Amino acid sequence: MHFTHTARFAALGVATVLTLSACGSSNNASSPSGSSTANISCVSGSIKASGSTAQKNAIGEWINAYQKACTGATIDYQANGSGAGITDFTNKQTSFAGSDSALKAENRPAADARCAPGTAIDIPMVGGAITMAYNVQGLSSLTLTPKVIAQIFNNKITKWNDKAIADLNAGATLPDQTIASFHRSDSSGTTDNFSKYLKATAAADWPYETGKDWPASGGQGSKGNDGVTASLTSTPNSIGYIELSFAQDAKLSTAKVDNGGGAVEATSQNAANTIAAATITGTASDLALKLDYTITKPDAYPIVLVTYEITCTKGLPADQAALTKSFLTYTAGESAQAILIDLGYVPVTGLVSTKVKEAVANLA
Amino acid sequence: MSVDIAPLVMSPPPSVLQGRRQPRWALGASVVIAVVIALASSVFTGIDGVAGTAVVAAIAFVVIYIGWSLRLEGRRHATDRFATTLITTALVCALVPLVSVLWTVLERGLAVLNLAFLTNSMRNVSARSTGGGLFHALIGTIEQVALASLVAVPIGVLTAIYLVEYGRGRAATAISFFVDVMVGVPSIVAGLFIFTGLVLTLGLPRSGLAASFALAILMLPVVSRTTEEMLRVVPNDLREASYALGIPKWRTITKVVLPSALAGIITGAMLAVARVTGETAPLLLTTFLTQSVNTNPVEGPQASIPTFVWDQITSGTAASLARAWGGALVLILFVTVLYATARLVSWWFTGRRGMGVH
Amino acid sequence: MTTHGDLVARGSRAASTSSGESLGDRVFRGLTLSAGLFMVTIMGAIAVFLVWRAVPALNNNSGSFFTTTSWLPDQTPPIFGIAALLFGTLMTAGLALLLAVPVGVAVALYVSHYATPRIGKSLGFVVDLLAAVPSIIFGLWGLAVLMPNTGGLFKWLNDYLGFIPILQNTTGIYTKSMLLAGVVLAIMILPTVSSVSREVLVQTPRMDVEAALAVGATKWETMRMVVLPFGRPGIISAAILGLGRALGETIAVAIILSALFEINWRITEPGGNTFAANIALKWNEAGTNGIPALVASGLVLFLITLAVNMVARLIVQRRRTKEGTR
Repeated sequence: MHFTHTARFAALGVATVLTLSACGSSNNASSPSGSSTANISCVSGSIKASGSTAQKNAIGEWINAYQKACTGATIDYQANGSGAGITDFTNKQTSFAGSDSALKAENRPAADARCAPGTAIDIPMVGGAITMAYNVQGLSSLTLTPKVIAQIFNNKITKWNDKAIADLNAGATLPDQTIASFHRSDSSGTTDNFSKYLKATAAADWPYETGKDWPASGGQGSKGNDGVTASLTSTPNSIGYIELSFAQDAKLSTAKVDNGGGAVEATSQNAANTIAAATITGTASDLALKLDYTITKPDAYPIVLVTYEITCTKGLPADQAALTKSFLTYTAGESAQAILIDLGYVPVTGLVSTKVKEAVANLA
Repeated sequence: MSVDIAPLVMSPPPSVLQGRRQPRWALGASVVIAVVIALASSVFTGIDGVAGTAVVAAIAFVVIYIGWSLRLEGRRHATDRFATTLITTALVCALVPLVSVLWTVLERGLAVLNLAFLTNSMRNVSARSTGGGLFHALIGTIEQVALASLVAVPIGVLTAIYLVEYGRGRAATAISFFVDVMVGVPSIVAGLFIFTGLVLTLGLPRSGLAASFALAILMLPVVSRTTEEMLRVVPNDLREASYALGIPKWRTITKVVLPSALAGIITGAMLAVARVTGETAPLLLTTFLTQSVNTNPVEGPQASIPTFVWDQITSGTAASLARAWGGALVLILFVTVLYATARLVSWWFTGRRGMGVH
Repeated sequence: MTTHGDLVARGSRAASTSSGESLGDRVFRGLTLSAGLFMVTIMGAIAVFLVWRAVPALNNNSGSFFTTTSWLPDQTPPIFGIAALLFGTLMTAGLALLLAVPVGVAVALYVSHYATPRIGKSLGFVVDLLAAVPSIIFGLWGLAVLMPNTGGLFKWLNDYLGFIPILQNTTGIYTKSMLLAGVVLAIMILPTVSSVSREVLVQTPRMDVEAALAVGATKWETMRMVVLPFGRPGIISAAILGLGRALGETIAVAIILSALFEINWRITEPGGNTFAANIALKWNEAGTNGIPALVASGLVLFLITLAVNMVARLIVQRRRTKEGTR
């Protein structure tokens, strides 16, 4: 007798799942999007990619635009971190990886093996500006130099009205309050690039190794760009380093940085100028960049990072290669890079951009 | 000589067995006086926040109420009232944050919850724009949890049967020991194991199936434990009557013992499911995230409600954060439905059989 | 024709576990035994895989694994140790237990013996519901709602009780501290402790309770003499269950703590890190040496929960045989 009950329950359960599946839709009604998605040569299929969290929202927008134009394509990106992204790529779980730094020498052999008979290459695709976001009431404009930034985050400058800050900001009312500085508690490429900047421009005040983990003591740590942003908005007299897109979304003020050539505001355009001036250190199709953090041009914002898409020159399985190439061709193109500025990211321009388009065109 | 019984009958002497009692209005009066004292004294002590005044009032209340009881009723009753006060205070201390959490989820989640949210996925929805939904995550969670139960419930029940019906000797002691110990395995360790063991070593792809294995590890000991308790409650007379009729042991178990314990077993299984539904860490390690619907748990990326919540929070935009709270609310509703179903099942079975097995 | 004697004989034969077992019995017995052994195998497999994956990092460490506080496994040379993680894990879990067990048992007592059945059921349901809220929501709630409201309390603790070293605060910052994480953890494990305790306390034999009341004991004396002693093994199990959850809590702690790798006894200052939170924070960017290092820390966590559960089981077994229950 109890079997009948069991059967009834089972039937009910299956019916519920079936009804739910029928109810939902997998494709939402497409809403009109602003940008034109001209010249996408569609390829159907599905690929996976993973890696950097810094480019998460940018890749998300690109995927949406591509999928809207090509309804037969599905691209899934998991922002599980640059390190995990490279591991996934090397283990053949993904078609390309997003990474905040180029492939290290120790990872190259495994990545090349994955791409046999081709090799693994870094293609810079998304730039980011690391802003000095702050939350001080009444302070609408702030200028900082690398030395002062290093000392703030090193806990040597502890008050907002310290002489060093006041000297750079004549006329601003700086409160007599302790600076609440925030850094990243998790490992991140943003910390990596920020520490590289400080090491290059203020080594005397930043005696630490560069790396993805925050090295200094003092201050408070929050998890993720979103965590630091939330901490900044809820803590008065605070300062932290976050990506431009997060600062814009949260409407936080950002400091101008004076590298020696004048105070430069943190905007996409200014950051793009710095990236465009980078030197390419990779060989052949590999486009690993060396950023010049000490740049002193009056319209170049120096604290930037570049996220690479790491993929194979050839050697991806046939069903993944075509869609990967098509997607990356789209993202390297003008319309896609223009979307970045809206989102608070930084486009790759100039000579680097030309090389990127070349490398993508040569993918097999 | 006649004993004058008139006084005894007309006005019974005060009983020596019952002492004086604090009047019923003592509680209310003490509260009022305490609050007045707290508000008045804030002028002197400078403590004027809600929490501070509440603490002062509480202390004043204890002094007045318990002191009064001590003088009137004596130490035993005063201790009793003090204990009741402490327990009630503990209850309030526990309820305030719990209700606050529920309220926060309800308030922020309801702003986003509607039919569209439940039936749309996040495919082609930008992080900055409102809209979209968690349909893809809902399907994923339902499938992963169902698969986990499919693995965990039979094995857990069979293990419990062994421990209760057959278990004597070293194998039983070892199994019982490990089941007890397995209950405490942290969820991240289960996720690490599935990731390093199955994904990295055996090359199993990250999928809904891998996630369900991790969840099954977390569910197994709980199902086994609760089934064990339920089976032990079944009276031995039932078993012996069955044996006396010549029914072999295994049929006794499946046809007599299990059905009587069925209500409790189902309840235990549903509670185990409810506990693992919200686990995030193992899912992040074993599934690959997607924004589109994937009804195939064996291959391909599949979302789930906890990873959906995680993904929306790390996007950082206001619209995404709102969706994250909506996801949390859906999770709580899902678990409420499970609990309610468990109670319903339990009531139905015990009602029908008339046995107070609970 | 089968006689009554035949039936009884067949029944007793079938029920015996000697060679008189029928085929069905043997198969079923084997089935259940393999299910049990499967669970043992899983535990063993977890240990084996974790050790196997952790060994490469342990060999590759220029610091001592147990006494170093910093965590830099991907640097050259790699140097990492679990000292700070161990301290943080034990401290936050200890704080959580200290806060959650008395309150949880009190709630369980209230629901089972002080409240009317209907109120008790509803309260129990509300408390149980919170066991399902995902950890990340508790983390967000902790930051958004709890942290702003406890800063004042922690400051008060420093001002008036600051002579106790553990409550001192030398930084003037009262956010993102281990005490806050401990409080949030306590709130998270409260439903577990409370519901398991409640399940045990409702099983107190009504006769014993009523007997105590009948001889004139006050309610509290009844609790103290009858209910709590009866429920002690169950309450210990509940506490251990809660402790297990507190030790392994990942995301809420990762969001709340400031993640400093140092051993700091001043719990109202920002800082601290635990095994599970560290895995959550470092896993994504971990490199070829970083991942095995994190797996090694996961192994230590696994061993700690194993030890805690073993000790608890011993205590409960000893109490059970002493009191003769079951």
